[in-house]
Amino acid sequence: MVQLTLPKNSKIKPTGKHYPAPAGASKVKTFRIYRYDPDSGENPRWDTYEVDTSQCGPMVLDILIHIKNTVDPTLTFRRSCREGICGSCAMNIAGRNTLACTHGHEECPGEKIQISPLPHMPVVKDLVPDLTLFYAQYASVEPWLQTETPEPQKEWKQSPEDREKLDGLYECILCACCSTSCPSYWWNQEKYLGPAALLHAYRWIIDSRDEATGERLDELEDPFKLYRCHTIMNCAQVCPKGLNPAKAIAEIKKMLVDRVV
Amino acid sequence: MSPHLQIWRWHVTMLTSILHRVTGVGLYLAGLIVSAWAVSLAMGPEAYQAFMGLLGSPLGKLVMLGMTASVFYHLANGVRHLVWDFGHGLDIKSANGSAWTVFGFTIAATAAAWAIAFMTGALA
Repeated sequence: MVQLTLPKNSKIKPTGKHYPAPAGASKVKTFRIYRYDPDSGENPRWDTYEVDTSQCGPMVLDILIHIKNTVDPTLTFRRSCREGICGSCAMNIAGRNTLACTHGHEECPGEKIQISPLPHMPVVKDLVPDLTLFYAQYASVEPWLQTETPEPQKEWKQSPEDREKLDGLYECILCACCSTSCPSYWWNQEKYLGPAALLHAYRWIIDSRDEATGERLDELEDPFKLYRCHTIMNCAQVCPKGLNPAKAIAEIKKMLVDRVV
Repeated sequence: MSPHLQIWRWHVTMLTSILHRVTGVGLYLAGLIVSAWAVSLAMGPEAYQAFMGLLGSPLGKLVMLGMTASVFYHLANGVRHLVWDFGHGLDIKSANGSAWTVFGFTIAATAAAWAIAFMTGALA
């Protein structure tokens, strides 16, 4: 359901702790970071960190690691590959979802850069959201090759043209930037599959080797699972890999129409 | 729950989407106003005069302006949705471009409709 405001226990205290810049800092930038500690029993708060950016690398992730290493070791976030392929450090930076590791802090508008977890999700701690539902939705589209014909002796063959149809789809790293950017997903995430799961559904629907196309389409023909997409386009606007889930969803809708007319 | 609307920095396509919903609801109410106009017409000259007086008041004119803009916005953005339904114009650049085009059309068409209304004396 649409609830425009945050629940009472999730309202954010505007002023949390303040960590001033170290003496002699040259290029100081302020970062306002969402903090939530489930063990404290307190509401989330915004902490502000004045960071000497001349001491860090160019990416927002470099800033976060610098804060954790030198200022405040309690700051919690996920990160792994630091090159935009694992999807761990997806978060909301300056009002838009992206990967902290591939987003330069100089790309962010404004003096103060605000960082919070992926939007409208349960928070485990600080910048770490609970993605259980997101992964379950991905699993629900059965993202594997389904066939009926007997397995060939070697590999399942595919023409270069058919293989090309998977470009712009297979690159998805499941970082959840798109799904958690989508207002439809915010309001109906128990019923709407969201852009990431639907992009993957389409990836298997148009795979020339897959033989469960009809069943896959049947599964999606539902007022909520697919049709909560209203082409708001936030998914495509924020995808850090430059993919377009909105387009994939439109193609599924088209296929559903095409098979009855 | 993590903050959502509170922190989001909008893209123009998000604005066009919510405005489509808002103008859609607005047009439903506009439909009621047009029905009320027809009813007042059927009720006779006095009721019609009273209703037209209401529409001609500054507030009435403002509502009419909103109605005109809503019609043109919903029309243009509806066409945009139709194009999308055929699978076209869904890349970011086109979607952003068509969003601004819809705003441009709405302003131009509303201005034109009101200019005509003034020139033909339909509005005093």
